Amino acid sequence: MDQTIYRSHVLICTGTGCVSSGSRDIKVKLEDELAKYDLTNEVKIVETGCHGFCEKGPIMIVYPEGVFYCQVKPEDVEEIVEEHLLKGRIVDRLLFKEPLTEESIPSYKQIDFYKKQKRIVLSNCGRIDPENIDEYIAIGGYEAAGKAITEMTPQEVIDEVKESGLRGRGGGGFPTGLKWQFTHDAEGDKKYIICNADEGDPGAFMDRSVLEGDPHRVIEGMIIAAYAIGADEGYVYVRAEYPLAIKRLEKAIAQAEEYGLLGEDLFGSGFNFKLHIKKGAGAFVCGEETALMASIEGKRGMPRPRPPYPAQKGLWGKPTNINNVETYANVPYIIKEGAKAFNSIGTENSKGTKVFALTGKINNTGLVEVPMGITLREIIFDIGGGLTKGKKFKAVQTGGPSGGCIPAEYLDLPIDYDSLKEVGAMMGSGGMVVMDEGTCMVDVARFFLNFTQSESCGKCTPCREGTKRMLEILNRICAGEGKEGDIDLLENLAHHIKDTALCGLGQTAPNPVLSTIRYFRDEYEAHVQDKKCPAGVCQGLAAAYVIDEAVCVGCGMCAKNCPVDAISGKPKESYRIDPDLCISCGACAEKCPVDAISQG
Amino acid sequence: MACECGNKKESLDKYLAPLREVLKNYEKEEKYLIPILQEAQDEYGYLPEEVLKEIASYLDLSLSQVYGVVTFYTQFHLEPRGKNIIRVCMGTACHVRGGADVLAAVKDALGIENGETTKDLKFTLETVACIGACGLAPVIMINDDTHGRLTPEKIPGILASYK
Ligand SMILES: Cc1cc2nc3c(=O)[nH]c(=O)nc-3n(C[C@H](O)[C@H](O)[C@H](O)COP(=O)(O)O)c2cc1C
Ligand code: FES
Repeated sequence: MDQTIYRSHVLICTGTGCVSSGSRDIKVKLEDELAKYDLTNEVKIVETGCHGFCEKGPIMIVYPEGVFYCQVKPEDVEEIVEEHLLKGRIVDRLLFKEPLTEESIPSYKQIDFYKKQKRIVLSNCGRIDPENIDEYIAIGGYEAAGKAITEMTPQEVIDEVKESGLRGRGGGGFPTGLKWQFTHDAEGDKKYIICNADEGDPGAFMDRSVLEGDPHRVIEGMIIAAYAIGADEGYVYVRAEYPLAIKRLEKAIAQAEEYGLLGEDLFGSGFNFKLHIKKGAGAFVCGEETALMASIEGKRGMPRPRPPYPAQKGLWGKPTNINNVETYANVPYIIKEGAKAFNSIGTENSKGTKVFALTGKINNTGLVEVPMGITLREIIFDIGGGLTKGKKFKAVQTGGPSGGCIPAEYLDLPIDYDSLKEVGAMMGSGGMVVMDEGTCMVDVARFFLNFTQSESCGKCTPCREGTKRMLEILNRICAGEGKEGDIDLLENLAHHIKDTALCGLGQTAPNPVLSTIRYFRDEYEAHVQDKKCPAGVCQGLAAAYVIDEAVCVGCGMCAKNCPVDAISGKPKESYRIDPDLCISCGACAEKCPVDAISQG
Repeated sequence: MACECGNKKESLDKYLAPLREVLKNYEKEEKYLIPILQEAQDEYGYLPEEVLKEIASYLDLSLSQVYGVVTFYTQFHLEPRGKNIIRVCMGTACHVRGGADVLAAVKDALGIENGETTKDLKFTLETVACIGACGLAPVIMINDDTHGRLTPEKIPGILASYK
């Protein structure tokens, strides 16, 4: 181990977000600069996982002060080294500025984005080097696994998890302790455990960040679960679209094997546990547990009816426990700190925290971990910094293609598994996409249905044919060819599909349509009856653009950029758009220097 | 005409040699079918029929079974593909932040549609549901690199860096 004592640590985020914003170049530059100023033995560079604040990446944090620099560019590195690391002066211009107050905030803990968060699953993400097992161990990692295996019986572990109230974070919210009990009680000498890291919901990247930022936490959770249910072999099923997560996990497993934390005779107890990685091959339905197991077996990833549940007949017909990444990542905390510490957080029936991926038309996009029971308003406005460009909030979509859109009237709803279900949405895996007035809700419904329709595996008719019919109707409505009765027909089909589809994919596919009809029926009616898209999104329906003659300066930019030559006029005089030719693409309005063009 | 069977067999052997190297690392069990297909595709760029036949016979599966798996998963391809794979995200976050315009810009720049490969075999264009970098929406992935916060104007420059 590295024994040098450093006076400063510089943490550079190397999560997917920050890497694509250029954090690797920053690291190289920082190494050069440190060498130039002869600081290599005084300042240590640590590559960490995601801090969650991808919007402001690349992110750099300097300890011991905990100064948070954001959107750092290679050109800024010299200044940071010279001013901060050499002279101890904070570089003010690189600090984070609150969107509402413009105030610059030096320390990470004082930023609104982090202040209201409660980090359990993400507690190490951004704080440790995910590729170094020693760092995980140094902050108490693998203590929980040690405690479970050497001091507790499997039943005691299960009881602790039951008492904690932990529910599955993969979507359904099934009580985790109970699931473990079923697999524990199932007959059989061979049992498996699986970690579901398929994370296919568009708009979600929680599991990716945990695997990239703190892979050992997931491995530790799996070791504890395997011990509790009596499994000696496990699989992590990761999407192939996550190359960095796969690489970090491979490295973490190799290190854990080397330290004797995976393999034979863990902690001298005689308990063996072997962990494999299985790469997905690009099929959303493989996130469904029975399809996922078929895929691990090397078959087409099609779901099968349940029961029998995986706890009785899972992988290769053996009792199998399957949980989500985030579910496992909560387990070490519960075992180490006790069920009480965990169940003191949250609401009556939903304990602990939930990680959400906050995206869409919001200022602070990123990953946030909040206690269950927090309101949408706190997440979107206090943590998320409100909507971009000061636009008005219209709805937030939760639960991905299985979820629904929640309108402004529920902003003060304390969120947990049950409250979200009541308003027609779903916790799902934790994607949260914020939408403003410029988003058309019919288009959003169509978007999700298009997704589920193309991901339908085709095994059952309601899902294969039903979603196709629904999509046809939505396409028609968006193209301005909606018919009287279409909305009722959609609802009718939706209920049939929900009741008869084979797996969760089909059963939940109609949710985005039902929830948007429930809260935005007037928008559907505007499309069908008035042939108008109020948000101006649906191309077939968008109103033509018009030029305000009083404002037009006659520059001709609009006419130059019109793709269909719908704009006529002479330079220095006012221009005019022919409404019959206009295709409402908006290219003219975008280019107009004086904002004279709007949708009529 | 002289018989060329021997010749053909020789060239097929040569063609399949890299695959046989891959197969050496796997036992003959069905559960290795997907990992083998993944490695074979890394090797050949796509999955030609000869390769599928060889895999089927190695694992003692029928060709139709192998074919069934290949066509089920979007990751596998039966046609040759470009040197660089462009994946444009059509996920929710990217959708509400202008992913469609980015896709149009890529199509424009390369003159191909979704699922197609340029004639010079340099680029293949695909869409995906979510890359998991939604914080940077709209996003595209070229090979294993993620490019975020895109506007249509940035596309030609990015593509140029892959030529
Ligand atoms: C179509 C479909 C996709 C799913 N995708 C995922 C996924 O990506 N990740 C996940 O953890 N669970 C997913 N699930 C839920 C799993 O079937 C399963 O319930 C979950 O992994 C159980 O873990 P938990 O109890 O820890 O939540 C999906 C379910 C369906 C029906
Ligand atoms: S929606 Fe595009 S990266 Fe997630």
